[in-house]
Amino acid sequence: MPFNLLVLSCLAYVIFLFGVAFWVEGRARLGRLRWLRSPMVYTLSLSIYCTAWTFYGAVGYAARSGLEFVTIYLGPTLVFIGWWWVLRKLVRIGRQHRVTSIADLISSRFGKSNLLGVIVTVMAVVAATPYIALQLQSVVLSFQAFAASGPTATPPPGTELTAIWLTGGLALFTILFGTRNLDAKEQHHGIVTAIAVEAVVKLVALLAVGAFVVWGLGGGLSGIVARIDASPIARWDMHPGRWAGLIFLAGAAVLCLPRMFQVMVVENSDDGQLARASWAFPAYLMLMSLFIVPIAVIGLERMPAGSNPDMFVLTLPLAEGQGALAMLAFLGGFSSATSMVIVEAIALATMVSNHIVMPLWLRLRRAEGLGQDLRGLVLNARRVSIGLVLAMGYGYYHLSGGSSALAAIGLIAFAGVAQFLPAMLGGIFWRGATRAGAAAGLVLGFVTWAYALFLPSFGPDAFLPARLLADGPWGIAWLRPEALFGTAQMDPLIHALFWSLLLNASAFFLISVLTFPGPVERLQGAAFVNVFDGPVGPERWGGGAAEPEDLLAMAQRILGDEAAQTLFEEAAGRQGKKSSILPDPTPAFLAALEARLSGSVGAATAHAMISKLVGRETVTVEDLMSVAHETAQILEYSAQLEAQREELARTATALREANDKLTQLSVQKDAFLSQISHELRTPMTSIRAFSEILSEGDLPPEMVARNGRIIQDEAKRLTRLLDDLLDLSVLESGRVQLSLGLANLREMIDRAIQASEQVKPEKTFVIWRDLASENLFLRTDADRLTQVFINLISNARKYCEAEAPEIRITVRMRAGRVRIDIADNGKGIPREAQAVIFEKFTRLPGEMRAKGAGLGLAICRELVANLGGTIAYLPGQGGAAFRIILPLRLEARAA
Amino acid sequence: MKRPARPLFLAPRPYRRRRLRDAARLLPVFGAFLFIVPVLWSPPGEGARRLSGDVVYFFANWVLLIATAAAFARGLSRQGTAGREDEPDEAED
Repeated sequence: MPFNLLVLSCLAYVIFLFGVAFWVEGRARLGRLRWLRSPMVYTLSLSIYCTAWTFYGAVGYAARSGLEFVTIYLGPTLVFIGWWWVLRKLVRIGRQHRVTSIADLISSRFGKSNLLGVIVTVMAVVAATPYIALQLQSVVLSFQAFAASGPTATPPPGTELTAIWLTGGLALFTILFGTRNLDAKEQHHGIVTAIAVEAVVKLVALLAVGAFVVWGLGGGLSGIVARIDASPIARWDMHPGRWAGLIFLAGAAVLCLPRMFQVMVVENSDDGQLARASWAFPAYLMLMSLFIVPIAVIGLERMPAGSNPDMFVLTLPLAEGQGALAMLAFLGGFSSATSMVIVEAIALATMVSNHIVMPLWLRLRRAEGLGQDLRGLVLNARRVSIGLVLAMGYGYYHLSGGSSALAAIGLIAFAGVAQFLPAMLGGIFWRGATRAGAAAGLVLGFVTWAYALFLPSFGPDAFLPARLLADGPWGIAWLRPEALFGTAQMDPLIHALFWSLLLNASAFFLISVLTFPGPVERLQGAAFVNVFDGPVGPERWGGGAAEPEDLLAMAQRILGDEAAQTLFEEAAGRQGKKSSILPDPTPAFLAALEARLSGSVGAATAHAMISKLVGRETVTVEDLMSVAHETAQILEYSAQLEAQREELARTATALREANDKLTQLSVQKDAFLSQISHELRTPMTSIRAFSEILSEGDLPPEMVARNGRIIQDEAKRLTRLLDDLLDLSVLESGRVQLSLGLANLREMIDRAIQASEQVKPEKTFVIWRDLASENLFLRTDADRLTQVFINLISNARKYCEAEAPEIRITVRMRAGRVRIDIADNGKGIPREAQAVIFEKFTRLPGEMRAKGAGLGLAICRELVANLGGTIAYLPGQGGAAFRIILPLRLEARAA
Repeated sequence: MKRPARPLFLAPRPYRRRRLRDAARLLPVFGAFLFIVPVLWSPPGEGARRLSGDVVYFFANWVLLIATAAAFARGLSRQGTAGREDEPDEAED
C-alpha cells in the first residue's frame, strides 16, 4: 500500500475521532450525556490500559516467554473483580474530594501537601516518559512495516521525521481536546468517548486478525491446538517468583498509572459505572489476550526467521496479502498508541500544572495577587505541559534509538509507578499514615527503582558505569544495582520490584508510626479513610474577611464567567437571597467553593487562593492549621466569648459595688450633716446665750469674767472641732502631703507620751514599754505617725478608769511590717461598739461628757491609711487595745 | 465516643447483602489462587504439560471469574439503590 494512502487513512481516522470528540463536547455543553456516561463507555475508556504494548508487544512477549504475557492482564483482572476492596473506595474518594490526579490524591490525603504533589508528579513523569517513547516507537515501526511491504514508488520518510510528525499531531489533538475548558471536575467527555471508539477499533482489529489466523491460517480450533503444542513457545519456562510478581506488579500498575487513574477515578461519575466495569473490563482484557498465543505461534511458523515478533499482528496479514485486515490492524495499533499518549499527556499535564507550575506562579507573583486571568494561565500551563511531556517522550525515543523489546520498557514503567502503591493504599485505609512517612517511602522507593532497574536498563556506561554494575559502588558487592544485599539469584525486574517496594513500604510505615500528623493531615486522613461514613468536611473557613465580590472575581477567572456566576447564584439562592447573586461568605460556601476550584487547579492551589482572599496573606503551615483546625477555632471563639462574659460580670459587680457605696455615702453624708450641725450648734448656743447675758450689762465683774471665759472655751472648742474636720477632710481626700523620712520609732513614742501627759494630768499611768524592740528606724512621716500615737495614748488616758491605770506598748517586726499594739487596762470597748469606733462623731454610750468631738479615731484611721498601714481594735486584751500595722519602708506614692 | 447502637442480628435481606459482599471480597483471593496454582504443576515443556492445556486452563478460569464477578456486580449495584448503601461493614450480623 502506498505510504501516502496510509497517511491519508490515518488522517481520515483522526478526523473521524475529532468529529466524535466535537460532537460529544457539544452534547456535554447542552447537558445531554445520558448514554455517553453509560458504564459501557466508561469500561471501554479503561481500555487505555491496553496500549500499543499490548496490541503489538503482547505477541512479541508470547513469542519470547510463552504464557507470561497473560500476567499483565491477570493482575488488573483480580483488582477489578475485587473492586469492593479498593476501587470502590478510591473512586468514591475521588468523586467526593474532586481529585484531579494521583498526585492530587496523595497530596490531598496527606494534608494538601504540595511537596508530595511535586514528588509524585516528578516520579510519574520520569516513569511515563519511556512509556510514551514506546508508543511513538510502535507507531513508527508499524508505519515502516506497512511501507516496506508496499511498492516503493514513494519512499517513506525517515523514522525520525515520522516520529516528529506523529508527536506534533498527538500534541495538537491532546491540546485541542484536553485543554478546551477547565471543568469543575477534571472530566473530558469528548476525549473519553473518542477513546471508547478507539477501544472498539483495537478490540475488533485484534479479534479480526486472531480469527483470520486461527481459522484462515491455523486450520480451525483443533489445528491451532496442535500447532501451539508443536511450536517452540511450548517450551517456555514458568518462573514461580516472576509469575506471581508480575501478576502483583500489573495489579499495582492498574491502580497507580496516571492515565488509568485519570479514566478510572477522575472521569468516573457514579458507582454503577464501576460495578459494570468490574467484570466488563476483565472481559475486555480477556478478549484482547485471547488470540495472542495463536498469532505468536503462527507468526513464528510462517514469518521468516529474524523478523520482529512485536510486529506480527501487522506483518502476518500483510505477508498473507490481506491488505484490508492489515489496514484494520494498523488502525488498531494506531488507536492503542494514540489513546494512551493522549490520556497520559493529559494526566501528566494536569499534575505538572497543578502541582508545579501553579504553586510556583502563585509564589513568584504573590504581589500581583489574583489580578490576572487565571483560567488562561492554567490552560496555557496545561498546554505547555502537554507539549513538554510529549517532547520528552520524543526525546527519549530519539536518544534510545528504539529499543528492541517493547515489553521490557513497559514493565520498568510499571515498577516505577507501583511505588505510589504504599502511599495510596496506606492513605485510604490507614489513618495513621503521615506526610513524612509517605514522602520518605515514595522517595526511597523511587531512588531504589531508579538505581536497581531504570538506570541499569540503559545498559552499562550509559548512566551507571559498567564497573559499578559489576562490582557495586566503591567495590561494595552488596550494593550492586542488580543484586542488592547479595540477592544475585533474583530476576532483575522482580529484584528491583521487591527491594524498592519493601524499602518504600517499610519507610512509609516506620516514619508514619514515628511522626505525628498535623491537624490538616489528620482531618484529611479521617475524611479519606472513613469516606463511606458520609461527607466529613475537613475544611471550615472562618468566613467574614473575604468579600464576595473578590471571590466571584477569582472564581470567574478559574471557572469562567458563566459557571462561576451560576455557582454563586445557586449559593445565594440557598442562603435565601433573592435579589443579589452574591452569597455571604459563610464557611460552608467557602468550603464548597474550594472544592469546586480544586477540581480545576488542584487542592493545594485552591486552598492557597482562598486563603489569600480570606485574608491570610502567606500560606504557611500555621495558617493551614489554624484554618483547618475547626475545633481550635471554635475553642478560640468560645474562649473569647467567655472572656467577654467574665469582663461583663466584673463590670457589673464593680458597678453594683459603686452603687452600694454611693448609697452608703449618701446616708453617711446625711448623718454627718445632722451630726455636725448638732456639734456646731452646742457651743454656738452657749456662746450666744452668754454673750446675750454680757450685752445686757450691769453684771458683777467676776460674773463678766466667768462668762467671758466660758465664751472663750466654747470658741476654742469650736475652733478645734473645725480644725479636726478640716484635717479629716484633707486626709480622706488623699490629698495629704506626706514628708517622708527616716525616723526612730522610740523617739516618736517618747514624744507622743510627753504630749499626751497634759490630758488628765492628775492621773498617773504606768507605761510598759520594751525600749530595745522600739529602737527601729521607719521610713514614714514622723509627725503624722506621732499624731496617731498621741491620739491613742490620749484616749487611753481619757477613758481608762482602772485603779492603777497602765498603758502597754509592744512593738514587733514581721516580714517588713511593724506591728505596734497600744493597750490599757480599762474596761475596754463593748463588743457592739467595736465596729463603729472608727466612724466620725462616734462616742461610746455614756461618754457624752467627754470633751472630744468623736473625730480622734476617725483621724487616726485616715492617717494610718495614708501611711500605708492599717489600724484595728484588738479585742480580748483585758482593756482597750489598738493594733497598728505599718510598712517598715513607705515608698512615695506614685503621682 | 459511644458507638451508635446497632442491632445484633439482621433481617434476612440485609444478611444476604452482607454475605454477598463477603463473597465479592473473597473473589479476587480465590482468583489469585487459581492463577498462581499452575506454578506448582510440573514444569511446562517436558511432555507432562502442554501449552494448549495451559491456555485453556487460564482462559476457562478467566471466563469463570468474569461470569461470577458479573453476577456479583448485579447484586451489589442493586443493593446500592435498594437499601442503605454504606452500612458499616463491621456491624454485627
